[in-house]
Amino acid sequence: MEEKELLPHLFRTEYRKLVAVLCYLFGIEHVEIAEDIASDTFLAAAETWAIKGVPENPVAWLYTVAKNRTKNHLKRNSIFEQKVASEIRYSSDMEEEIDIDMSARNITDSQLAMIFAVCDPLIPADSQVALALNLLCGFGVQEIADAFLVHKEVVYKRIQRAKEKLKEGNIRIEQPSVTEISGRLETVLTTLYLLFSEGYYSISQNTILRKELCAEAMRLNFLLVENELTDRPEASALLALMCFHSSRFEARTNANGEIVLYEDQDESLWNQELIDRGAYYLGRASAGEKLSRYHLEAAIAYWHTHKEDSPEKWLHILDLYDHLLAIEYSPIAALNRVYALAKVNGKEAAIQQALHLNLTNNHFYYSLLGNLYTGVDRAQAILNYESAIQLAHSQADRAILFRNIRRLQEL
Amino acid sequence: MDEFLLVFRRDFQSRENQPSPEQLQEHFQKWYAWYEKMAGEDRIVLRRKWDGEGLVVDRQKTVLNGPYAEIKESIGGMVIIKAADYLEAAEIAKEVPILEFGGTVEIRKAL
Repeated sequence: MEEKELLPHLFRTEYRKLVAVLCYLFGIEHVEIAEDIASDTFLAAAETWAIKGVPENPVAWLYTVAKNRTKNHLKRNSIFEQKVASEIRYSSDMEEEIDIDMSARNITDSQLAMIFAVCDPLIPADSQVALALNLLCGFGVQEIADAFLVHKEVVYKRIQRAKEKLKEGNIRIEQPSVTEISGRLETVLTTLYLLFSEGYYSISQNTILRKELCAEAMRLNFLLVENELTDRPEASALLALMCFHSSRFEARTNANGEIVLYEDQDESLWNQELIDRGAYYLGRASAGEKLSRYHLEAAIAYWHTHKEDSPEKWLHILDLYDHLLAIEYSPIAALNRVYALAKVNGKEAAIQQALHLNLTNNHFYYSLLGNLYTGVDRAQAILNYESAIQLAHSQADRAILFRNIRRLQEL
Repeated sequence: MDEFLLVFRRDFQSRENQPSPEQLQEHFQKWYAWYEKMAGEDRIVLRRKWDGEGLVVDRQKTVLNGPYAEIKESIGGMVIIKAADYLEAAEIAKEVPILEFGGTVEIRKAL
């Protein structure tokens, strides 16, 4: 790797580890100190490495500097010492030597503990994703703002609010116990699902950033699957879902950044490696007895990795949507079910079901109707696509809808 | 031409100053460019890497580990450069990348 790319790369991989280990050591009340030490370590690297080049083992250099900064800080700051020293995990060694454990084992433990703290349901959803990106993934405020297409100050406030909630709630950064794992894992998975969706469905045009969000969600999910304690079937199911979705990342936008619908995608662009990984995790997910929404969504996504239409494929998908809606109703799932129904029982039957949903404030509702009426009633199809355009949020969505209308008018 | 000591201090004013990887890359490039420029103009008298640890001897002649800097104002490096006068040294100091994340540069003329 070139020298100039090394530092940002290390920041991506090491910053979050430093923050996690230090937060695990200090507790959530002092998360800002952990962040300051980690930031300062990297700024010191930028300054020092520019003089006489990168040290032989840059990661070890960063860890050593961070350890020294931490020791200095602990010794220097008497208030901090009085307040925190007693609570610190390694308090017995405090006077002689503070051991900041940067072993692979402790890094993993710290990151896992941090995931559980950050994903505490006490924090509102939008703040939670921002905080997860900031603390667990080392994303800067500006980057998060770019991903969500909101102002930097908004993100900053969300993160602050989330941190305050954690402090108010006195949320401990610790390994979850075996008994409480099921309940807490669920909220963690919800956050990771949100994080992934932000990347996958984001209206931001920044494809690199969106891919990074998805990759981060998968990395955190992978941490859960790799850990004995959190390696539950539903964690594997969610990872499988993410793998299947990600496999189509290259195919779902064209060179102009416009969305390419599933039916029009070039399947040679689908990433077979990710599809295979997804299948592997879906296999692992079937170990337990519990059928979570992630199992069902992953299974639906699995069938979508078969481009070829077959009665079998759509029957399976329809059945899975029926199950999914029974577990957890959502308008999008209901609309998708109708689409599957059209493939199984024909468009006319599906139109009747769609109209029953009556989701008149949802642009997907109208674009689905537009699709269903295509080939059945051209005027109705155009009319529904036009309604969808009125409600669509993004330029990319509107572009597709206009294209559909043009196709119909050319008939 | 006189010799001037420049001391770099980082000073975190706000959490918003946390760098992103891209900013960090730019920051590193700027440091690199700054030293290149100084070398190109033949201004550098002494540049060294400094150990982050260090010792402090206090009034009771106790030897303590580390400079014990607050994280909020930790000492970075220092360099001795050539400049015509304080004014020119200050102009040079304005280009030092440490200022980006709320740092400061202290200037002392060698007598």
